[in-house]
Amino acid sequence: MEGIVGTKSRLVWAVNLCALVLVLLWTFPTFGLLVSSFRDRDQISASGWWKAMFPAEASVQYRAAGPDTAKLIDGLYVIEGNIFDGGPGEVTAFGTSIREPGAHIVGTDVVTDDGEVVTVAGSGDFRISSTAPMEGTRGMRIFATSVTPAKFTFENYGRVMGAEGIGRAFLNTMTVSIPATVIPILVAAFAAYALAWMEFPGRALIVALVVGLLVVPLQLALIPLLKMHNEIGIGKSYIGIWLAHTGFGLPLAIYLLRNYMIGLPREIIESARVDGATDFQIFLKIILPLSFPALASFAIFQFLWTWNDLLVAIVFLGNSEDQLVMTGQLKNLMGSRGGDWEILATSAFVTIAVPLVVFFAMQTYLVRGLLAGSVK
Amino acid sequence: MEQFGMAAVTILIGVFGCVCYFFLSNMALDRIYPATGPNAGRNINRANQIRPWLFMFPALALLTIYLVYPVFVSIYLSFMDATGTHFVGTDNYTWLFADDKFRESMVNNALWLVFVPAASTFFGLLAAAVTDRIRWGNFAKAMIFMPMAISFVGAAVIWKLVYEYRPDGQEQIGILNAVWTGMGREAQTWLTSPVINSFLLMIVLVWIQTGFAMVILSAALRGIPEETIEASILDGASPLQIFMKIKVPQIWGTILVVWTTITITVLKVFDIVLTMTNGQWGTQVLANLMFDWMFRGNDTGRASTAAIVIMLMVTPIMIWNVRNAAREAR
Repeated sequence: MEGIVGTKSRLVWAVNLCALVLVLLWTFPTFGLLVSSFRDRDQISASGWWKAMFPAEASVQYRAAGPDTAKLIDGLYVIEGNIFDGGPGEVTAFGTSIREPGAHIVGTDVVTDDGEVVTVAGSGDFRISSTAPMEGTRGMRIFATSVTPAKFTFENYGRVMGAEGIGRAFLNTMTVSIPATVIPILVAAFAAYALAWMEFPGRALIVALVVGLLVVPLQLALIPLLKMHNEIGIGKSYIGIWLAHTGFGLPLAIYLLRNYMIGLPREIIESARVDGATDFQIFLKIILPLSFPALASFAIFQFLWTWNDLLVAIVFLGNSEDQLVMTGQLKNLMGSRGGDWEILATSAFVTIAVPLVVFFAMQTYLVRGLLAGSVK
Repeated sequence: MEQFGMAAVTILIGVFGCVCYFFLSNMALDRIYPATGPNAGRNINRANQIRPWLFMFPALALLTIYLVYPVFVSIYLSFMDATGTHFVGTDNYTWLFADDKFRESMVNNALWLVFVPAASTFFGLLAAAVTDRIRWGNFAKAMIFMPMAISFVGAAVIWKLVYEYRPDGQEQIGILNAVWTGMGREAQTWLTSPVINSFLLMIVLVWIQTGFAMVILSAALRGIPEETIEASILDGASPLQIFMKIKVPQIWGTILVVWTTITITVLKVFDIVLTMTNGQWGTQVLANLMFDWMFRGNDTGRASTAAIVIMLMVTPIMIWNVRNAAREAR
C-alpha cells in the first residue's frame, strides 16, 4: 500500500507542477505587456519588464552646474545640487572619474586632482567645495551607482488615448461592434426557430447550407462585396460594415441557436399550440426567453469577433480618423512607432481590455457556446 | 457623438425593423388565409407552408448576398484581368502556380497546417488533463483560455515584445533574447531569420488556440463513463496508461473536431502575419498574399484566384462537416 500512496503523491506533485508551468507560459507574454504599459520610455529601454518589480541598479552620470555658479560660503566656493534632480533614488557609491564610477562610499569627502572636495550623500545631494575659485567653463562630472525604486506611471495611458488616437478609435470600435452584435441575433433567432420547430420541405437542405457556410473563408467575400457596396452607394461606411458583420455572423448564430432550440422540451411547445398559440406567439413568449443562454453565448462570440476583427474593418471601413478602429490604429502604430514600446504596449492593452473584461465576466456562456458551436 | 447617435438609431431601426417585419408579415399571412370561415382547414395548411419562409427570409437573404453570391463572383473574377473587365482564361491560375511568393505561401501554409493544430491540440489535451485533477483547476483554465479573448493584432504586439531584439551590448528587453543571451549566445533578430520566424508566428496562434482545444477536450474527458476508468484501475493500469489507452481513444472524435476547427482558423490566418512580418523574410501565407494583391497590387483577378485556392483547401472540411451534420439530423 505504501508504494501506491507514494506514487500517488508524486503524481499530484507532477500534475500541479505541470499546470503551473503551463499557466506561467501562457500568461507571461500578456503580463509583460501589462507591466510595460506602466513604465516610461527610458525604463523600458533600460531593462526588461521582468526587472521592473525590483529596484533598478543603474549607473548615473551627472554634470554639475558650471564653475561660474559657485557661491561663496564661509570662504569656500561651493556648488550644490542633486544628481537625481530631486527625483527618487538612492546612491550606493560614487566617483569622480569615468574609470572608477563607484570608487567611494557615500558621505566621504573626496579630493580631486584640482584640489576640490566632492561629497555625495545617499539621497543624491552633492557638494563640491574649493578654497580657490573654480576654473573652466563646464561643470564637474559626477558618477554614481544608484538604486532607483520600482516606479510605475499612468502617463502612457493618457498619452495614447489622446495624442495617439486610441481614444477616438475606441469609440469607432464600439460603433462597429455593438450594432453588429445586436442586429444578427434577432434575424438569426427567427430563422433558427423555423429550422428547429417548423415542418417544411427543404429544411434539411437549408440546415446543411448553414453548416457549409460556417467555414467559407472571408477572403472570398471581400472583393465582390466591396464592389457591390460601392455600386449601390454604401461605399466604405458603418452601414456597410454592420451589414457585412451581420452576414458573416449569421451562419454561426443560426447554427448555435437552432441546436439549442431543438433541445427544448417538445411538450411545452405542443401544449402551447394546443392552447391556440400561434407560431409567432410561441417564438416570442416561450422560445426566446428559454433560449437566453444560447443568445448570450452567441452575443459574446460576435462581440469578441467584431471587436477584435482587423480584416473586415480595413476592407469595409476607410482609414480616416472617424472610421479607423482600434485594431487598425494599433497596426498603424506598429508601423510608425515600431520601437516605442511604451506607446505600443499601452495601446495594445487598451484594445484588449474590453474583451478581457467581457471574457472574465461571461466565461460560462463562452464555454457553453464553444461546446455547442464546434461541429460534432 | 453624432456617430453614437447613428449607431443607436441603427440598432433601433434594425431591431424595430426586424420586429415589424416579422409581426406585419405574420399578420398579413393570417389575413390572407384566415383560420376561420368555410376554408379554415385548407387556409391553415397553406399558411403553415408559407410561414417558415417568412421567418427565414431576412436570414436567407443576408446569407445569400453576403456569403453565397461572393463565392460565384470570386470564381468569375478569377478568370478576369486586374480590373475585372476582360476575360483572361486561366492566366491568373498559370501565373499563380509559377509565382515564387505563392509557392512560398503554400509551403508555409502547409507548415502552419501541420504545426498549429498538432501543437494546440497537444497542449490543449495536456492542459485539460492536468487542470481537471487539481484544486485550482478553474483558475488555471481561465488563464490558459484567456488569449482567446485577445485580438490577433493585440497578440502580435504581445509577442513582438517577447521577440524584441536589441543590438549586442545593450540590455535585451525581449524575454526570448534575454534567455538566449543568458545562455551565452549572441542576440538574434528572430523575426527576420527565415524558417524559424514562421514558427515564431505559429507559436502566437498556438498560444491563442490552445485554450479552445482545452475547453472542448476537458468537457469530453469529463464525459467519459466512470466504469471504464474504474475497471482499468482495478486491472492495475497506471495513470499514464489510463490516460493514453482508456481516455484518449474514447475522445478521439472530439480530438478530430478540435483539429479540424483549428485547421480552418489556420487556413484563414492573416492578422498575425500582416502585423508581425507582413509576409517578408519568407513568412508569406495565402490569406496575406491575397490581401497584398487586393490592396497593394490592386489586381482583383489575382487576389480572387488566391482566395479561390483558400476556398478549395477548406472545401474538404466543409463537405465533411455537412455530412456529419446531415447524419446527426437523421
